Amino acid sequence: MRSSRRAAFWAFLLSANAVRAEPILSPTNIFAPVSTPAHEVHSLSLFVLTITGGIFFTLSALLIYALVRFRSRPGDTAEPPQIFGSTQIELAWTIIPVLLITMLFLGTARVIFAVEDAPKPKAALEVVAIGHQFWWEFRYPHYNVVTANELHVPVSSAQSYRPTFLKLTSADVMHSFWVPRLAGKTDLLPNRVNEMWFDPQVVGLYLGQCAQFCGPEHGKMLLRVYVDTPAAFDAWIRAQQTTHADAKGANAALSVPNPNPVAGFPVNTPPTLGGTNGDLANNSQAITAPAGQQVFEHQACINCHTVAGTVANGRYGPDLTHLMSRDTIAAGIAKNDHDHLLRWITDPNDLKPASLMPAMHLTDRQNEQITAYLLTLR
Amino acid sequence: MATPTIPIPDHVEGAFDETQPPKFRGTYLEKVHGWVVTVDHKKIGLMYISYALIFLLVAGAEALAIRVQLARPENTAISPLVYNRIFTMHGTTMVFLVGMPILFGFGNYLIPLMIGARDMAFPRLNAFSFWISAFAGILLYYSFIGGLGLSGTGTAPDVGWFAYAPLTEKPFSPGHTVDYWAVSLLANGIGSIGTAINIIATIFSMRCKGMTLFRMPLLPWVYLTMSGLVLVAIGPLTAAQVMLLVDRYLGGHFFDTQMGGSSILWAHFFWIFGHPEVYILVLPAFAFANEIIPVFSRKAIFGYPAMVAATVGIGFISLGVWAHHMFTIGMTSFGNAFFTLSTMLVSIPTGIKTFNWLATLWGGKIRFTTAMLFSVGFLFQWLIAGLTGIMLSVSAWDWQLHNSYFVVAHFHYVLVGGILFMIFAAIYYWFPKMTGRMLNERLGKWHFWLMLVGFHLTFDLMHVPGVLGMPRQIYTYQADRGWTVWNEFISLGGFIQGAAVLVLVYNMVHSYFRGAVAGPDPWDGWTLEWSTASPPPDYNFAVEPVVASRRPLWDLKHPEDPDSAVE
Ligand code: HEC
Ligand SMILES: [Cu+2]
Repeated sequence: MRSSRRAAFWAFLLSANAVRAEPILSPTNIFAPVSTPAHEVHSLSLFVLTITGGIFFTLSALLIYALVRFRSRPGDTAEPPQIFGSTQIELAWTIIPVLLITMLFLGTARVIFAVEDAPKPKAALEVVAIGHQFWWEFRYPHYNVVTANELHVPVSSAQSYRPTFLKLTSADVMHSFWVPRLAGKTDLLPNRVNEMWFDPQVVGLYLGQCAQFCGPEHGKMLLRVYVDTPAAFDAWIRAQQTTHADAKGANAALSVPNPNPVAGFPVNTPPTLGGTNGDLANNSQAITAPAGQQVFEHQACINCHTVAGTVANGRYGPDLTHLMSRDTIAAGIAKNDHDHLLRWITDPNDLKPASLMPAMHLTDRQNEQITAYLLTLR
Repeated sequence: MATPTIPIPDHVEGAFDETQPPKFRGTYLEKVHGWVVTVDHKKIGLMYISYALIFLLVAGAEALAIRVQLARPENTAISPLVYNRIFTMHGTTMVFLVGMPILFGFGNYLIPLMIGARDMAFPRLNAFSFWISAFAGILLYYSFIGGLGLSGTGTAPDVGWFAYAPLTEKPFSPGHTVDYWAVSLLANGIGSIGTAINIIATIFSMRCKGMTLFRMPLLPWVYLTMSGLVLVAIGPLTAAQVMLLVDRYLGGHFFDTQMGGSSILWAHFFWIFGHPEVYILVLPAFAFANEIIPVFSRKAIFGYPAMVAATVGIGFISLGVWAHHMFTIGMTSFGNAFFTLSTMLVSIPTGIKTFNWLATLWGGKIRFTTAMLFSVGFLFQWLIAGLTGIMLSVSAWDWQLHNSYFVVAHFHYVLVGGILFMIFAAIYYWFPKMTGRMLNERLGKWHFWLMLVGFHLTFDLMHVPGVLGMPRQIYTYQADRGWTVWNEFISLGGFIQGAAVLVLVYNMVHSYFRGAVAGPDPWDGWTLEWSTASPPPDYNFAVEPVVASRRPLWDLKHPEDPDSAVE
């Protein structure tokens, strides 16, 4: 009876310490690591806490003792004996800190080199992360995949070890990539490439956000990392590799001059943009995806956004090719559903007051149409 | 051994110099004019202090606005644009318009008195330095009105107090707010350098007879180190501001990454200034502790030579640690290890100081006046701030902690729990000297306890959201992060501290007019400032003092056991 209770107690303690899917207190608790760099830092921090905690308790006990023991008593006006110093004591309290610091430094140096200079295994997944004012761009160069704000990486189990190595840079100002349960942060600097890595051991969603002040909406530059099983990750990659078609399926038209140029449009404007498509023109009032695509491709949206396979090839904003494969929009601040998309397109400032996407001042119908189109971008 | 001939405190019959200049009763305008044209170190010191206290209230109000916004998740009390201006102005103000001037103010006031001089070495430079700093502060705040600029962006700088490039470059910060920020700090820097030169010259050339460097009280020693740091540190800041202005107006590309500039360059320049700046601010706090703790423990400072060595040592080491603000910027592993070690080294001299203060208390007869209470608070809080500092110096751990609320908690522990607490102690300790009136001790105790409770509520708890992943400088946060409850209490503590400061303000105003008369030596002190009237006459000392030990007044009061016999 007693022993089983004790076993249960230890099991509880261990399970509390073991890697948990949902950490206590916060999904971004640095004391709930699930990946080697974060683990290394975590155990180092416990070592440092032990030493600093020891110093704290010793010194504050001495201080409290001195304050109580040597308080002046009423009526006692004589001066205490004057002591000016003591070489031995002073030497002692110079040498003890030196020893403590040596320990701390060696412990730290080991982790610095282990994490920063870790060799990159062949199997590693490579991702390029680009910081933009208030959102994240992720590129998978080996898969020709581009996505935004929600990073997908495979889990790194003992059976299939596949760490993720990130190359970090910025399109504008400084940002910092911080997902506390995976690794410490690394800054994204324009005109420079930094690197970091992690090897998450537990499948799940890990949150984080930009940790270097980058302008008005720094507070809403959130980050989501999805750690998938290898199979799920492969499936995700395959889905991301598909592309879409123009409103008239005329990809090729992009490179060929338009045979029937429309007044007011440059000659190489693809036919879909000229409004020459009779079928759609008749239906232009309907709230349907094709009508929405028509509007979308007529607006400045395409200067800032890419929808692979269509005329939309802007790079200023997030890639929308597989918009609906994401759970959130605008760097993790709102759910990706019809209502939020509509709100976002109508006026981004409503959800994110200083975001760099302008309100496009379209009609309510046009906004509904575009939303209908966006909902098809799976 | 020279015989001490300093003016003798009041209880030694008849020896005290009572001659007062005739009371001048001019018109109001004449009085104001008198303050404007003054070159007297005491008046300039008081102007510095009052100027800083006014900005303390302003920046404190800004802090409370921040706390209102962060008390709830997804709060919309303050828009992101305004929020960013507020925290930028809060930080810039507290460091440049509160911290530096108040510490310079005390230095200006006390150094000549403590070394038995009649004024600073360069009185007119002194006045110039004050006025240019005052101009800088007004310029910074004028940006609220004038920062709009042609491009019609916001008012007041909104790039954070360390203003990382390239956010400060024209494409990302149009308008003039960044210009106000840069020019204001540039002007302020000129004032700081002027005062630093003045302090160094004064200490080296104006000490009274018998006061060798090693008989100097610790306060001037610390200010000497601090001024040396000012001379070294302000240069890079000024250079960086000039480079930034060149980028913005003359087409330079120092930090303009779109044209091949470097953002790391700014970070280096700023922190080569910024880290010594921390010690520029904290050293004077040590200086106050060095004076106040011995007097209220009734014992000489323990290990004077070690204290001097530790001070100068901190000064030197602090010049080599700046990149510990940049552990996540992508330095090599060797660079990270180097700055980890250099930063940890600071804790050795700092530890020596802490131990020596403890040893000063040991065996004493501690009197818990308000000034001493604040000093004791300082000792505890400084201990904690130092230990969290060690945690941050562990660069690998700093990859997690950097730019989180843990860092915010750490440096507020230094700036509020350490420096501000010692500034309060200094106000209680020297207010009688400066005004001739005692501050009310009952109100003082209220001030202390409110401040202590508010401080710990705010800044102890603030470590937690940092560990839970909350970055600094965000204007709002999501409810699902588990940060809400902590932030509520942090905000509550902020308002308690606000109330404490109001008690101090009331106490100062009230006591200035109604306080008990202090007399020249209310605390039974040992250094020269207590040998002259309160407030001291224009010429400080009727007779130039001659000293024979570190504690000239102790020698006078205890002829049977003079320090001069053991030194
Ligand atoms: C000036 C460039 C610009 C234009 C024009 C523009 N956008 Fe955006 N868009 C952005 C930026 C920048 C973001 C990222 C905002 C953020 O998260 O801070 C964005 C975000 C989005 C998102 C959220 C994507 C995600 O995954 O988070 C959608 C959807 C979107 N835009 C749709 C549109 C549509 C539809 C239009 C045209 C009506 C449009 N945008 C026009 C720049 C632009
Ligand atoms: Cu950012």
